[in-house]
Formats: sequence, structure tokens, C-alpha cells
Amino acid sequence: MTSAANTASLPRRHWKRPPLLIKSPLLRWIIYGGALVYLVLAVGTVEVNWSRVYEGLERGWRFIQGFLVPDFTSRWRDISVGLVESLTMTVTSTVVGILISVPIGIGAARNLAPAWIYLVCRAIIAVSRSFQEVIIAILLVAMFGFGPFAGFLTLSFATIGFLSKLLAEDIEDIDETQAEAIRATGAGWWQLVNYAIQPQVMPRLIGLSLYRLDINFRESAVIGIVGAGGIGATLNTSIDRYEYDSAGAIMLIIIGIVMVSEYSSSHIRKWVQ
Amino acid sequence: MLRLVSLTKTYKTGDRALSEVSFEVPAGQVVGLIGPSGAGKSTLIRCVNRLVEPTGGQIFLGDTEITGLARGELRVLRRRIGMIFQEYALVERLTVMENVLSGRLGYVPFWRSFMRRFPEADVATAFALLERVGLSDHADKRADALSGGQRQRVGIARALEQNPELLLVDEPTASLDPKTSRQIMRLIKEICEERNLAAIINIHDVVLAQGFTDRIIGLRAGRVVFDGAPSRLDDSVLTEIYGEEDWAQMRRAEQEDEEDARAEMRRREMMAEAR
Repeated sequence: MTSAANTASLPRRHWKRPPLLIKSPLLRWIIYGGALVYLVLAVGTVEVNWSRVYEGLERGWRFIQGFLVPDFTSRWRDISVGLVESLTMTVTSTVVGILISVPIGIGAARNLAPAWIYLVCRAIIAVSRSFQEVIIAILLVAMFGFGPFAGFLTLSFATIGFLSKLLAEDIEDIDETQAEAIRATGAGWWQLVNYAIQPQVMPRLIGLSLYRLDINFRESAVIGIVGAGGIGATLNTSIDRYEYDSAGAIMLIIIGIVMVSEYSSSHIRKWVQ
Repeated sequence: MLRLVSLTKTYKTGDRALSEVSFEVPAGQVVGLIGPSGAGKSTLIRCVNRLVEPTGGQIFLGDTEITGLARGELRVLRRRIGMIFQEYALVERLTVMENVLSGRLGYVPFWRSFMRRFPEADVATAFALLERVGLSDHADKRADALSGGQRQRVGIARALEQNPELLLVDEPTASLDPKTSRQIMRLIKEICEERNLAAIINIHDVVLAQGFTDRIIGLRAGRVVFDGAPSRLDDSVLTEIYGEEDWAQMRRAEQEDEEDARAEMRRREMMAEAR
């Protein structure tokens, strides 16, 4: 009490920010120090075979050389078929993914859905998000055979987890007074979604969809490696044949397409605001 | 027309927002609801259209008991009650017209509202209302392109588009400047007279409340501590509602505000004439 009385009467010249997370200094030192010790030990256990790294350098250099003199022509037929397959896979899976994500996203928003629907939709999202695309692709390739159909299913499934979760979060963040005003007019649930929710989340939904289109294209290159068709399969074949110049060409095309979609999507996002 | 019988609201946290509030509002009467922040004004008007569920007591609109309605019936009832909000609560990315027409959502089926194909009579009413509030040129603008005063006019038009029997008005002037505040309050008052509409207006500004209402109800900590004509609202009553304060000074400051606004208007008129 006396110290409080003193600080009230004397002008204070010193101020320290109160600790943010952990109040007790002892506990703070133990936790931060422990984390640091673990980090050092963990890095120490990583084994590096330096002679193998040295050997690999040469192979890496050949790869880079392939990039520097990319060969678009000699495998152009394979590349173009792979590209068309990948783009088809990307677009169809994104569209199907969005169509399924929107209802699930609405169901997973706590301010719109009753508790049991909320739980079901959140469970679907959790399942979809807990598996990486490659793992799903391996499973689906085993089920449906090699080719782009397995890829299409994989990407659609992955899109659902991504889009539904972010859409649901955006719906939960809306300005509630606008929804309250629409509710107060006697609007039904569908009208509430159409008039109060949709205008508020539409720009973000469009932005996220474009972003997902971009991700799906990149992922289509990855899952092709495990047999799900598309440009990834072409890339994998050319690496297996040591045709690094063709592989370089394919990677340059992927980079180009991702860049184009990056620029155009930021443009579209500004336009829909 | 509207009757509250010992209305009580206790929030889940245990806070008692309203205790045993009872009063009756006849058709055409504009009631100003005043009281300090947290006195339960906002809760009270939200209980009337059950945006907030009351925990005790009854509310009647005409012969309908609002407190007992099932969900579908509640929707039909909400059509009869227009609501106007503090921060306007327009859907910002929709056009002015869509915002006004959203007052008909309780009347039209989903497909009509989804396709924006409202019945012609509704559209005609909406245009007439925009004309009435002085915004006929702005129908196709997006709501977020308007100024505060204009947005509140759209909010009023939306509430009237419902063709309501009762208006609930939540701090209509809290985000507006003194002059626009008076214009908005005047508009609400005039409209209530034209249509013989009852209204409950939550309002912080005691002087505005006195100027534009027929009756004042004072809330303090969820209880009605004053109910009477605006002229009876003297310093002792204000002290009872809000606690000790120099009320004469408040009135002086308000007068100065108004004189400032008038001087500003005169100055603008002179400049316009000079041009």
C-alpha cells in the first residue's frame, strides 16, 4: 500500500512494459532457455554426409545448366499435353471445390449455423485439411488408377478444406449490425445470407478462389509426380530420363503461369472491392 | 398499441439489463428513451423485435403477444416493426435501392429477392420514399458512397419500406454532426406525424430528445425512473437519471452549438449570394 501511495505522489520516471505472455520471471527463463537448448541439440542431431553433398553439387550444376538452355521443342508434344491436362485439372477442381466449399463454409460459420451443422462442417474441414495433397493423391491414384481424374479429385478435396475454413472465418468476422438490420426486416435465413452476408464476404471469396486456382495449378505439378497426371507427370518423366533441359523448360513454364495468375489475381481483387 | 408488461432481461453473465419495465405507447406517439450508457436502452428496443430474447415479462404489439411467438410468426411480426440504427447498418456493398428494398424481404419470396425482381408496387414505394428523404438521385449509388446524414436517410427509407406500425430507433444521431442530427430527428418526427406512426427513440442527447419527442422515458440501471412530458424534464429529474452534473451548462453549450450551426449556414448563404 505504501508503495502505491508513493507512486501516486511522486512523478515516475521509469516505466517498463509488463511481460506479455509469462508473468513469472523464473518460469519465463526456464521456458525460453529450454526452447533454446532443445533447438541447439536438435540441430546437432541432423546428419550431413558432406562427401555426398559434394557429389550432388555436380548433378545440381547440370540441372542449372538445363535451366540456362531450356529445351522447349524436342518434347513439346509431351509438354503441351501435360499442360492442357494440368490446366483442365486445375480449373475443374477449383470450380467443383468452390461449389462444395460455399455451403460447407456457411455451415461452419458459428453465427449462421446451428450447433450440430457447425460441428459436422468443421469435421469435414478438419479431415480435408489434415492430409497433404500428395498423400490424398497416392490414395486416389491407387483407387482410380493413374491419370488426371485422380488429380482432379485430389485437388477438389483439398480445395474444400482450404476455402471452407477461410470462408467460414470471414463470415464469422462480418459486421453483425448489417445482419441485424436485415434480420429486423423479417427476412428469412436465405434472404439473410443473400442480403447481409454475401455482399460482405464476396470480395474475399473471389480473392480466395483466385488464390486457390493458383495453388491448385502448383499442386497439380506436385501430385503429377505420384501419378496423378498433368504437367507433373511430364516433369517427372523428363527428370527420370536425365533430360534436364526439358525439365528446365517445364519449370520455366510453371513459373510463367504462376506469375501471370499472380498479377491478374491482384488486379481482379482490386477491381471487385 | 405497444404494451410492455414487467419486461425483464438478464444476460447469461448474470447482468440484469432490464428489470420490470412496463409502459404503453399509443399510435402516433414519439417516445424518447434516455438514460446513461449501460442503462438498458439498447436492450429494451431490441427486446421489442426480439433481436434480444427477453427473459421475463410480456410485450404486446396490438393484440399480438410478441414474447410468445414461434420463429415463423416472429418473422411476420418483424415486418410490422421498422428499425433504424446508430451506425446506419446499411449493407455497404449494396446499392441504395437494394438497401431500401430490403425492407420488403419479409413480404417477398426468396427467389424474388434473390433475382432482385421486387413487385412493381414495392419499387414504386421505394422511389417515393427516396424522394421523401431527398435522395432520389442516389438510387443506384453504393451505400458506402454516401455521407453519414445521407446513409441515415436511407436507413429511414428502409424502415419505412416495411410499411411498419412502429419504429424502433437506436441512437439515430450518435455519429452525426449537430446540424444533421437535428435534420434527421426532424425527419423522423415529421414522418411519424404523417403516418401516425409510433416510435421509440434511444437518444443520448437530452436537448434533442426534448425538442423532437412527445414523451420522455428515463431509464437508470434497467428501471424506469421518469415517464412524462418533455417539458417536465428538469434538473432534478436529470440528476435522478444520470447523477449529479451542471445541467444549465449543458443547455448553454447546446445553444451555442446551434448558434454556431446557424451562423455557418448564414455564412454559406452569403457566400452563395456573393457568387
